[in-house]
Amino acid sequence: MVEKKTDGAQALVKCLEREGIEYMFGLSGGAAIPIFDALITTNTKIKFVLVRHEQGAAHMADGYARATGKPAAVLVTSGPGATNTLTGIMTAHMDSVPMIVITGQSVSWMLGKDAFQEADIFGITMPVVKHSYLVKNANDIPRVAREAYYIATTGRPGPVLIDLPKDVGAAACTADLYQEMDLPGYKPYPETIDKEKILEIAEALNKSRKPVLLVGHGAIISDACAQVKALAEKLNAPVVNTLLGKGGFPETHRLSLGMLGMHGTAYATKAVVEADLIMSIGSRFDDRIIGQPDKFGRNATKIHIDVDPSEIGKMIKPDLFLVGDARPILEELNKHVARLDTAEWLARLEGYKKKFPLHYKKQGGLKMQHIMDELYKLTGGKAVVVTDVGQHQMWAAQFWKTDGRLDWLSSGGAGTMGYGFPAAIGAQFGRPKDTVVLFCGDGGFQMTMSELATACLHKLPIKIIVLNNHYLGMVRQWQQMFYDDRKSGVDLEGNPDFARLIESYENGKGLTLKRPADVRKILTRALEYNEGPCLVNAEVVKTDNVFPMVPAGRALEDLLVEPPRQKMEKPTGST
Amino acid sequence: MTQVANGSDTHTLSVYVANKPGVLARIAQVFARRGFNIDSLVVSSSVDGNFSRMTITAKGDPSGLQQVIEALRKLIDVMHCVDHTGEDIVVRELALVKIRVTAEERTEALQIADHFGAKTVDWTESSMILMVTGTTDKLDAMIGLVKKFQVIELVRTGKVVMARGAEET
Ligand SMILES: Cc1ncc(C[n+]2csc(CCOP(=O)(O)OP(=O)(O)O)c2C)c(N)n1
Ligand SMILES: [Mg+2]
Repeated sequence: MVEKKTDGAQALVKCLEREGIEYMFGLSGGAAIPIFDALITTNTKIKFVLVRHEQGAAHMADGYARATGKPAAVLVTSGPGATNTLTGIMTAHMDSVPMIVITGQSVSWMLGKDAFQEADIFGITMPVVKHSYLVKNANDIPRVAREAYYIATTGRPGPVLIDLPKDVGAAACTADLYQEMDLPGYKPYPETIDKEKILEIAEALNKSRKPVLLVGHGAIISDACAQVKALAEKLNAPVVNTLLGKGGFPETHRLSLGMLGMHGTAYATKAVVEADLIMSIGSRFDDRIIGQPDKFGRNATKIHIDVDPSEIGKMIKPDLFLVGDARPILEELNKHVARLDTAEWLARLEGYKKKFPLHYKKQGGLKMQHIMDELYKLTGGKAVVVTDVGQHQMWAAQFWKTDGRLDWLSSGGAGTMGYGFPAAIGAQFGRPKDTVVLFCGDGGFQMTMSELATACLHKLPIKIIVLNNHYLGMVRQWQQMFYDDRKSGVDLEGNPDFARLIESYENGKGLTLKRPADVRKILTRALEYNEGPCLVNAEVVKTDNVFPMVPAGRALEDLLVEPPRQKMEKPTGST
Repeated sequence: MTQVANGSDTHTLSVYVANKPGVLARIAQVFARRGFNIDSLVVSSSVDGNFSRMTITAKGDPSGLQQVIEALRKLIDVMHCVDHTGEDIVVRELALVKIRVTAEERTEALQIADHFGAKTVDWTESSMILMVTGTTDKLDAMIGLVKKFQVIELVRTGKVVMARGAEET
């Protein structure tokens, strides 16, 4: 009997399976047919999920990765199939999410000749990938697959793209399927931890009376949450977190002040303003959290721990920094720190918590915060929470106290509307036993609601809460505050009845929530339905605004705890 | 470091990269995205054919330079990147200058060429091509002088640099 030959596409599927890829999200097309065929002919264990739009595939892989800590793959065809993933790739890149994107490509001898569905996806995606490959030889595939997985998941993670021309996928791969990597220029972590610097940082900490630990996504990626907790407790120091740092330190912990920054809690932001030391663990001092860079932490010793050297000094010039993986760094640091005299400092912050609590009124119409608050109570906070982008996202970040390391998914750096629903689908695939809750705006939901078919077909019991204010709410808030309430292009008239919409899919259930008195009842019904996704169309008040707020580009001390009485100047900061 | 009129500085970087398709595009994007203009760029394969050496001079905000260097180092295909700005290193450049000269002007042109150690690599009835090598300043000086004749064409290689002694480029 003749031994069956392996072709390039089969080699790719086999190698990705061996690296540990469990899920592949995608949609086929001419140039990708050999790879789709290989999913069958290799009898792979990789589970393929057919999406309805390729952007959804990328966000699903993203959601899967954030909820499990493991990457998934995306498989799409050339040209428009590939370009449709672009927003999803950029979103993952901005938030350091590992992902392997495989794009079919025209045959290699047609490259650059405007062949049917040829797009230079290698070139188009270059600024938004961690690395990319255009494979020209089938025998390179085993090495490329291994490198792609390694690059995507190590150091500061990110998306890696593999563009595979159709002829290369169809050509015989005679190379051994296990190849050494050839990455002489890739150093994901520094070789050693600088012990001297650890001692310097410990000394600075030990001198501080008003410290704040700032926890970012890096702490979660590094799985350093236990070490962060140990550090905070040892020092008796308060902790603030970024939007993506939610879950890096339990927000229900007595030392947690929750999220800081543009729409953070007043007490978190004030803590950073008054601190004498700010130590960032895996945050990149994004403009949404530092406000006006030259005023950020003016009187504080600033310490920056990051795995990516290019983040050091990019936004904030630190007094002390250490490049490396947060977990081993904190393990070492924790040996050298002692309990600080922070009683007065903590009491002061406690005063702020009492004086400026997060609040909302249950009267005067249905509020998004009310729904979040109630769902938090009903689930005991035990859920994977996914958000889209907008007002609802900020309220969810404020009101949903995240404790678990992988329990909060939100598009931070990119702020991608349409992210939430497909990301929730990816999260539910990765965490089938856990409750997945999606808080989504009526605007953002309509960007990727084509994936209702995917969610319903797979009977994913996602709780889809559409916070329907009939507006592009966040933009409307800015127009009200800074543009004399001129509403330009924000009225979402023409919204469908979302509850009826999902009912038109098999396994989908739709509920409508209108009155504050019904919140508990309707949410309980949603939690009880597990035959498929349940969508709650929540008709919330139309013109509520998110506070506290630090207007873009303003210093953190210019925080508005309540709506301003006077007219505001137009913000100068980035968007 | 040369200060230029618009307040941005000229930087000289040496980048050692994998000799692969797409590398130049990745490098160029790092500069372009941050508003840096690449003034000169020399790419050639190194002793080990798997790698190439790039010498880049670029203009831009000096405070952004460190970001450019770190972003270059972050690229998977970049082995290392060294900033040679303001260092005492060996810098050479080559220029070919085609000038139109009459029979009367020829002697003076040759005198200038001789002074700068330039060679005459082409010679016709009405024109000649001078080839000069040396530091950027030296090339600038000679080109300035021959401008009294009509310069028909000018091609410069851009800077190549090498660190002295045991230092790595
Ligand atoms: C793809 C995309 N387009 C535009 C924006 C700009 N944007 C940010 S928030 C927002 C409004 C979102 O409206 P909706 O989804 O209804 O959420 P809400 O703010 O009302 O809660 C818009 C348009 C964006 N973030 N992403
Ligand atoms: Mg809305």
